[in-house]
Amino acid sequence: MTIPVTIRIQQADFDIAREIAALTGGRTDIGAVVTFTGICRGSEGDAPIAALTLEHYPGMAEAEIARHAETATARWPLTGLTIIHRVGRIAPGENIVLVVTCSAHREAAFHAAEFLMDYLKAHAPFWKREEGQSGASWVDARDHDEAAASRWTER
Amino acid sequence: MKVKYFAWVRERVGLAEESLEPPAEIRTVAELIGWLAGRGEHYAHAFESPRAIRAAIDQTHVRPDAAIAGAREIAFFPPMTGG
Repeated sequence: MTIPVTIRIQQADFDIAREIAALTGGRTDIGAVVTFTGICRGSEGDAPIAALTLEHYPGMAEAEIARHAETATARWPLTGLTIIHRVGRIAPGENIVLVVTCSAHREAAFHAAEFLMDYLKAHAPFWKREEGQSGASWVDARDHDEAAASRWTER
Repeated sequence: MKVKYFAWVRERVGLAEESLEPPAEIRTVAELIGWLAGRGEHYAHAFESPRAIRAAIDQTHVRPDAAIAGAREIAFFPPMTGG
């Protein structure tokens, strides 16, 4: 069965309620919807952040997300999936990324959303540049994110 | 082949992309990184820590020992920080 899968990379903000409605409208087979929203923080530790700028690799970013979406739909009985990643300048409090997973029951929706976020962070070609008080700098990758992604292959 | 650079690799090199024809003895991604590092000050700075560089061939992640033969597009970038 093919399920509705939407993947978008865009500068514009997204409306979470509208994205859920687009997946669930007119359907009665969906018993669970999980959403994850990544939001720009106003500080990193004690250091204030004025904004983030997200760069991506056009073409490969979409392809990597699509590849992981296929893995998720093969691994869990999902009935709908939407992934939106913003690029460009994003201010504290603004949305960065959205994952919406639908399934008949909650377990698959929870697990797939977590899997997709772990993989997005470690493998999708996006880079954050942080504007702080003393100029801008590229955000360093965290070992924690790589470890979070790898635990899904160890099960 | 087309070579693309992203994030701080792009900033250090000073270019987003360029067309390059490395010599035939350059066979792997790691060898290409070494060759690029010898192309001048900006490249040397961008590729001074090969272990900090990730690569993709034709928009698929590859390891440093991947062969570059037949590649149309090779990209170099730091570890990813999206999401």
